[in-house]
Amino acid sequence: MAEMTIKGEFIRGIIKDNPVFALVLGLCPVLAVTTSVENALGMAGAALFVLLGSNVMVSALRNHIPPITRLPMFIIIICTFVTIIDMVMEAYTPPLYRALGIFIPLIVVNCIIIGRAEAFASRNTVKFSIVDAFGIGTGFLLVLVTIGAIREIFGTGMIVIFGLHLISIPINPATFMILPGGAFMTIGVLMAMVNYGRIRKLREV
Amino acid sequence: MDTLFAIAINGIFVKNFLLVQFLGLCSFLGVSKETKSAVGMSAAVMFVMIMASTAAFLIFSYVLQPLGLTFLSTISFIIIIAALVQLVEFVIRKHSPPLYRSLGIFLPLITTNCAILGVVVLNVRLEYGFVQSVFYGFAAGIGYTMVMLLMSAIRERVNMLHVPASVQGLPHAFFITTLLSMAFVNFFGVIPT
Repeated sequence: MAEMTIKGEFIRGIIKDNPVFALVLGLCPVLAVTTSVENALGMAGAALFVLLGSNVMVSALRNHIPPITRLPMFIIIICTFVTIIDMVMEAYTPPLYRALGIFIPLIVVNCIIIGRAEAFASRNTVKFSIVDAFGIGTGFLLVLVTIGAIREIFGTGMIVIFGLHLISIPINPATFMILPGGAFMTIGVLMAMVNYGRIRKLREV
Repeated sequence: MDTLFAIAINGIFVKNFLLVQFLGLCSFLGVSKETKSAVGMSAAVMFVMIMASTAAFLIFSYVLQPLGLTFLSTISFIIIIAALVQLVEFVIRKHSPPLYRSLGIFLPLITTNCAILGVVVLNVRLEYGFVQSVFYGFAAGIGYTMVMLLMSAIRERVNMLHVPASVQGLPHAFFITTLLSMAFVNFFGVIPT
C-alpha cells in the first residue's frame, strides 16, 4: 500500500471498502433494524463504538497476541465491548434497546468487526486503526441510514427521529416496505444501482 | 407459556430465521448456490443449533444465574458455540472423512453464523425452559434447512437466465429472497397471540 493518509483512509472506508456494498459483510443487522432511521442510527452507533474499541485494543496488543490464538482473543475483545454497549443502551435508551432487540448482542458475530480486526487493526498502528474504524463505521452508518430512510418514508409516509418530525410526504403508506420483503427489495435495488455505477466507470476507463 | 406445537410453527414458519428475522444471511447467500453444499451446511447448522441451545441453557441457568453473572452471557455463549463447532469438527473428521471433506470450509464458519447465537439469545430472552429451548433450536434448524433448500433449488434453476450485468449475482439473489419472504409473511397471524 502506498503512503497512508488520515483523510485517504477515512474515505477508503466509506467508498472503496464500504462494508455493505463492497465487502458484503454484516448483512443481518442492515436488513433487520432498518425499519426506521432512528433504529438505523442506534444500530450504526453501537457498531461504531464496538468497532472503535476493538480496533484500538487489537492494534495496541497486536505485538503481544500469538498468531495461533488471535481469533479467540479478537472475539473476547469484541465481546467485552458488546457487553459494555449492551448494558449502556439498556440503562439509558430503553426504547431503542427494545427496538434493536437481539441485534445488539449479535454484534459479536458481525463479520465487519472481526474482519477489520483481522485485516486491518492487527497489522497497523493505533492511529490508523482509529481512522479505519471511523471510516468503516461511517460507511456502515450511511448505508443503514439510507436504507432506513427509504423504508421509513415509503412504509409510513414520514421520517421521525427521536420525536422530531423531519419530512412527511402525501402518499399512501405501503406496509410492504416495513415488512421483511421490503428490506430485501431495497438492498437488492441499491446494490444493483451501485453495481451499475461501477460497471459504467470501468467501461469509461 | 408457549406449547411445543406453537414453538415449532413459530420457529419454522412464522418467525423463520432467514426470511423474517434476518438471521444467518451471510451463509444463506454464500452457500445457497448449489443444493449439495446447502444440504451439508443446513445439517451442520441444525446440529450445532440443537447442541448450543442445550449447552447454553444448562450453563445459563445452572452457572451464570445462581452466581449472578448474567452479564457474561454473551461471552459465554460465543465460547460454547466455538467449542461445540470444534467438537463437531473433530468428531466428523475422525468418524466420517468423506463428510468432513464435503463440508470443509463451512464448518468453522458456523461459529460466526448469527442464526446460532440468535437462537441461544432468543431462548434466554423468551425465558424458555429446557425442553422448550432444545425444541426451539430444533424448529429453527428445520426452518433454516427448508429455506436453504428452497433457495438453492431456485438459484440452480435461474442460474442460466439472462439478466443485466448489474443485477447478476447478489442483487438477483436478493430479489428471489424478496419473493420468498413475501410468501412467508403470510404466515403472520397463524398463531393468535
